[in-house]
Parts: sequence; structure tokens; C-alpha cells
Amino acid sequence: MTPTFFTNINGLLLVLAVYLTGGLLCLISGPRARLAHPLGAATAAIASALGFIATLPALSAVAPQHVALSWPAAGVDLALTLDPLAAFFLLPIFLLTFCGALYAIDYLHFPDRSWRAGLHWFFYNSLGASMTVVVLAANGLVFLLAWEIMSLSSFFLVTHDYQEEKVRQAGWLYLVATHIGAAFLFFLFFAASRAAGSLDFASFTALRTLPADSALLLFFAALIGFGAKAGLFPMHVWLPDAHPAAPSHVSALMSGVMIKTALYGLLRMLTFLPPIPGWIGIAVAILGIIGALFGIAMAATQTDIKRSLAYSTVENIGIIFLGFGLWLFCLATGHEAAAFLALIGALLHIWNHSLFKGLLFLGAGSLVHATGSRELSAMGGLLRRMPLTGSLLFFGGAAISALPPLNGFISEWLLYLSLFKAGQDTLAGTAVLFMLLAILLALVSGLVMLVMTRLLGVALQGEPRSQAAATAHESSAVLLIAAMLIPAGLCLLVGIAPQLPLQLINGPLIAMLLPNFAAADTTLLPPFGPAWSFTMLVALALLAIIVTVRTVRRRAAGRIGTWGCGYLKPDTRMAYTAGSYSQFAQDTVFCSCITPTAASTRSAALFPPAAQFRQERLDPVLTRWFLPLFRKLAEQAYAFRRLQAGQLSIYVLYIFTTTILLLGWSIMAP
Amino acid sequence: MNTPPNLILLFVILFNFFILGTSRLATCIRSVALQGALLSLLPLFLHTSTFHTYLLAGGAFILKGLLMPWLLFRAIRQVRIRREVEPRIGYIPTLLLGALTTAGAFIFGDRLPLLPAHLHSLFIPAALATLAAGFLMLITRRKAITQVLGYLMFENGIFIFGTLLAEAMPFMVEMGVLLDMLVAIFVMGIVMNHINREFSTLNTEQLSLLRE
Repeated sequence: MTPTFFTNINGLLLVLAVYLTGGLLCLISGPRARLAHPLGAATAAIASALGFIATLPALSAVAPQHVALSWPAAGVDLALTLDPLAAFFLLPIFLLTFCGALYAIDYLHFPDRSWRAGLHWFFYNSLGASMTVVVLAANGLVFLLAWEIMSLSSFFLVTHDYQEEKVRQAGWLYLVATHIGAAFLFFLFFAASRAAGSLDFASFTALRTLPADSALLLFFAALIGFGAKAGLFPMHVWLPDAHPAAPSHVSALMSGVMIKTALYGLLRMLTFLPPIPGWIGIAVAILGIIGALFGIAMAATQTDIKRSLAYSTVENIGIIFLGFGLWLFCLATGHEAAAFLALIGALLHIWNHSLFKGLLFLGAGSLVHATGSRELSAMGGLLRRMPLTGSLLFFGGAAISALPPLNGFISEWLLYLSLFKAGQDTLAGTAVLFMLLAILLALVSGLVMLVMTRLLGVALQGEPRSQAAATAHESSAVLLIAAMLIPAGLCLLVGIAPQLPLQLINGPLIAMLLPNFAAADTTLLPPFGPAWSFTMLVALALLAIIVTVRTVRRRAAGRIGTWGCGYLKPDTRMAYTAGSYSQFAQDTVFCSCITPTAASTRSAALFPPAAQFRQERLDPVLTRWFLPLFRKLAEQAYAFRRLQAGQLSIYVLYIFTTTILLLGWSIMAP
Repeated sequence: MNTPPNLILLFVILFNFFILGTSRLATCIRSVALQGALLSLLPLFLHTSTFHTYLLAGGAFILKGLLMPWLLFRAIRQVRIRREVEPRIGYIPTLLLGALTTAGAFIFGDRLPLLPAHLHSLFIPAALATLAAGFLMLITRRKAITQVLGYLMFENGIFIFGTLLAEAMPFMVEMGVLLDMLVAIFVMGIVMNHINREFSTLNTEQLSLLRE
């Protein structure tokens, strides 16, 4: 097999075959967990590594590659197409699938005789394969098929710890949300195929001539359907429950790349639809910034480390949608330069978010594994006990807070630049709006810093807050660390040499999404290049020197406890908690609707008895909008219970009458 | 009109009424078997005599005409029942309904956009009428065993359709029909066994506990 044969869509077919055989072998190995566990991890890792190599050249290849298997019964072929847009999303998918598989080898433990290893790895492999097919699908049918397999396999991965009531609830919520989204997607694709004459994406280009109102209808169906999967506010409600419930490598995979397949779907649909009016772009941008603010504010109030990270995903998706909205607006109003900056910023942020959120979830998983709890109040002092994981988490936290010289800084900088550029180029009224958006984005970035210092400070620094945290120790597993080092290294690489990823994106991909724009125009971008890399490296070296010197000095000075203002028995329970760290922001900045609901027993007696205080951090969108709505619907739907007779013959009667009616309808209808 | 296939189909329709109107289980089983055996002759008259045709006819004859009645007779010997005591809807109303659906099948069959070769033949009406009769058996009878018979009639109806398509879609029809029948027999066999063991009756009404 020559490299030229492999590094294209044939390679991806091989990848799918590896995923499939791996998954099936895991299933066949049944209760032999000791066999299924390494086998499933190995096939997932091999497949994703092969896939990464096979996909890389396609990102800068102009001509799409096509492969098809005829499927007469379905009316369309089983066809896959690899083009730059697909390759752009495939790369992070393969990367994180690989890291997740490596991580899980040491992270997951199965009893020797249990089906769970085989099942877990079957679904992991099928999730990897279905994400690949979603992105490669060349027609609506293959897309929807893979989309459903993806949703179901991730559902089974989320409910890995199905013995816990909360996990089952989270899985249920996810299943409902994802299927409501899928219903919109079914509508979208069948309406589009009706208008275009076929489910083939190649024929969807006919949608370009659609009248404005039906195009808008399709756009909104896509926005809702894909938004539900992506976690776009207000359809994000499943996300903060599902991510913490899943095992950490699955959270990393879902949050890092699975929800991005929805962004892929949206972008793919946008390439078919006629130009979207500018006000829609503004609306999407505003929805994005609301989601970003809401997500990060909710993240600041959570005490569950993974739930906080999940809300941070909502925030990042909001930022990406802000970029998309700006791109759509500038495209409609002819401001190509700002559109270019917004698009390339949003695209780079998609990659960046996969990298640092994958890193953070994997790192958080190690903390959870070491302390046995997801609560920040059970951690503390972990940096000293788990120095490698701790430093990698700090690294990820710096990246997500958009600090130079890491990758988050680059993409957010591009987004600011696009906002400023759009503000410069447009009329006064809209310019004010863009400045406002820039300010709000800055507010979001500030809050990210608050969330990350809170998360990392409380979990990693100070004294241990629980017995488990005091006895926690670094895992000796090399693979666990390697799985985190890969995204961390890439975060640094993107930050130091941003021209490398930008070159990959700023090619045929930009030409696809911005047809009227000269793709190779790099003069709009900040002057990334050797000088930038050198400056960043020097800054990094200086930082490293300062940190080392300070650490050495502090070690020489020895360790003493914090001064307790004269109190003789200070306890870790008196230390700043996660709740108290964000109390100020919660009380003064945030809208009262997102403050946690508190219940306490207070006593005014002279000798107070034991008192209780508990807070619940429920999602206000879920509890105030969706749950009442669904309860109403359930009440309405109760009347249909009567149809449920429980008698076989009655059900057959239903089928019989339906058949007769359909037969009658088929001859009555012209 | 007097070609052998049409004669067979006429008998098939008559058997439909006979089965709908009789209460003796043994007679019912024999009639369904006979109906199936008659139908298995259809491909011989309809298609050129190739190996494929003989396979289809022979397979259908063995399954529908021999294996199925043998299995069902064994079943009623084991559970010792002879007749359907109280159907949900009486025999006379069922027969009337059967007549109505058969009439409907003839009216409907004339209006379908068929190939000229199949137009005004008895195939489509007979297939629809047998399907409807199978449905009626399933709806009106209480015993699991009569419901199995309903399934079998249903399959017979599909088989009539299938013979029309046998040349256009080679293996689809055989596979579909034969597999469906086997599945029906096995599933109902298991169900019957279980109902009998648990409730010591074969009335499927006892199964309504699972409705929530």
C-alpha cells in the first residue's frame, strides 16, 4: 500500500473497517473484559491515528474525493465525500478519539467477568465511526443514519454508570433533547430534498434558487436541529447533565468533538442555502453572546468540576456562534474582510476548543478518579500530590482563558479583530452594536478567568479538603499522561506558531465558505510568523525561568501554615470554598435567575442546634422553561392513554383500520 | 377467467370464508394448510418452469402444506383444545365483515395502476381479501392458536402478491415469505407455551397486564 493510495478517502474506508471490526470483536468477546478492554482501546486508537494521517492532506486539496456503494432499496447511494470542510472537522475528531482511547486504557477498570468492557468499547468504536460518517456523508440519508447512530452510541456511553439514578436521568434528558433536535433535522433534510429533487448533497446546490422565505425556514430548522446538539443557548439543557455523568474520556470526546459535528452540519447546510439576510446574522451573533454569558455565569456557580466545564462548553459554543453570526452578517452586507476574520476566528476556535476542553476534561477525570468525587469541596491541594496532572490542568486553564502564548488567545484575538473591523466598516448604528458585542466578549473572557482560577485554585491549591484528597497520588500510568500531553502540546503549538493552523484553514476551506474572497489574503491577519514565534518563545522561556526561580526560593524558605488571625485550630473547612470564591460575582454581577436555590434551617435559640444549608444549582432554562412546557404537553397527551388497551387484537385492529384507510386514501388521492 | 390460477384463487377466497366461519380448530388448521398448498401451485402456472420456480413451489408446499399443519396439530394435541369457544365477534358478523372486505378488495384491485398482464386478474383482489381475512382472524379470535392461523392466512395473502413479483425481485419474495412464516410459528409457539404454562389457558386476553 503506497502512501498516495492510503492518504485519501480509501484510507478513511479502512479506518471505518477497523472501527467496525474492533467494535464487533469487543461485542463478541462477551464477558471476557480482560480481552475486550485492550482490544477495543487498541482498535479505536489505531483507527483514529490512521484516520488522522489519511485526512491531513485533504484539508488543502481542492478537489473533493468521492466514494459510493449503490443501495437501490434506499433510492440513494451509500456515498461519502471528503472535502476540505469535512477534513477540517475530521482532524479533531480523530485526535480526540485517539487521546480518549489512550486515556481510557488506564482510566477505566472493569471486573474480570463482565459485559461492560465489551459494550463500552463497542459503543466507543461505533461513536468514532459514526462521527466520521456524519462528517463524510454525501447525502441526507447517510447523514441522518450516522447522526442517529452517533446519538445512540453516545447515549450508551453517557449511561456507563447506569446504576446511579442521576446518570440514568441525565441519559434520559440527553436522549429526549437529541431526538427533538433530530426531528428538526429530519424535517430539514426531507424538505430540502423535496425542493432539490434528491437527497444527494450534490443536488442540494439547487437550493440556491429557493425563495427567501422557504430558505429561512430551512435555516431555522437547521439552527434548532443542530443547535440542540451543539448546545446552543437555550437548547443546551442536556449538556450540563450529560457531560458530568459520562466517564471523563467520553465527556472529552462529546464536548470536544461530538457537539462540533452539529457545527459541521450547520456549515454544510449554509453552503447550500441562498445568502442569508444580514439581520439573521445579527440575531445569531446575539444568541451566541447570550449563550456565552449565560454559560460562563452558570459555570461560575457550579461546584461540580465537570459540570462547570460543561457550562464552559456552552460558553465556547456561544463564542463560535458569535463568530458565525458576524460572518453571516458581513457576508450579506458585503464586508468581506470582516467576514473573513470572523469566519477564520470561529473556525480556529472550533479546533482550539476541542484541544483545551479535551485536555481539561481528561485532567478533571484524573482528579475525580484520585479523589472519588466530582465536588470541588472534596479536592484541594492536589497540585502537590499530582504535579503532572495539575500542571497540565493549569496549562489547559490558561489556554481556555485566552492567555498568550496559548491557542485560545489567537482565536479570540481574531474574533475581536473581526468585531472591530466590522465596526469600522459599517454604519454608526450597527458599529455601536459591534462595539457592544466586543465589550460583552471581553466580559465573557474575564469571567472565564474567574471560573478557571476558581476551579483550579480550589481543586489544586491550598490544603486538602477531604481525606481522599489528602491521600491522592499521581497515577503511574504513562498512557494517561500521554493522552493529556498531546492536546496540551498542540495548544502550545497553535499559540506559538499560529501560522501553521491558519495556513491549513486559509485555503480551499475558506474558498468554500467565502466564495467571493481571495483565499490566500493573509494581510488581514495579524503578523504571525517567525518573529511572533520567537517573541512568544522568549516570553515563555522568561515565564519558565521566573516560575522555576520562585519555586526554588519558596522551597528553600520551607513550608508554614497560613496565619489564622490568631485562631489556634484552623481547619480546611474554613478555607475559601468554590462557592465563596464566586459569591461576589454571583451576588452583584449575575442576574438573580441563575443564583443557586438555597435551603437552610436556622435557629434563633440561645443554644443553636445543628443547622443545615444546602444549595441546588439547577439550570434555570430547564426548570423554568422546558420542564413546565413538557409537563403541560404530558397533561394534554394523557388523553391518548385510552388508546393503550393492552389487548393484542385491539392493536391489530388499529393496524387493520390504518391499512384500510391508507389503501382508500391511495386511490382517492390523484 | 377459467385458467388454473384463477380457479386456485377462487378456491382460496372460498377457503377464507370457510375459515372465518368455522369454530373447529382441526378443520381450521386443515383449511389453512389446504389453502397454502393450493397457493404453492401458483408459481408453476405463472412462471416458466425453471429450477427457481420449482424451488419456490416445492418450498411453499412443504412449509405451508405439510410442516405447518403438523406443528399446529401437535400444538392442539398438547394443550387439548378443540374449538374456539367464544370469539370476540360472532361467526356470522365475522363472515359479513369478510364479505365486505372481499368486495372492497375487488373494487380496490380494479383501480390500481397495474401492469396490463395483471389487470382484471383475480390476483390482487384475492391477495387483499386473504390479507383482510387474516386480519379479521387476528382481531376476532381469542385463542393464541387461531391467531397463529390468522398470521398464516396473512402470509398466504402476501405470498399471492409475491408470486407476481417473483421474477422482478428474485430472492426477496421467498426470503420474506418463508422467513416471516417461520418467525410467526416460532414466536407464537413460544408465546403459546408460556401462556399455557403461566395461566393454564390459551386466551391472549390474560396478557393485558403489560399495557402500561
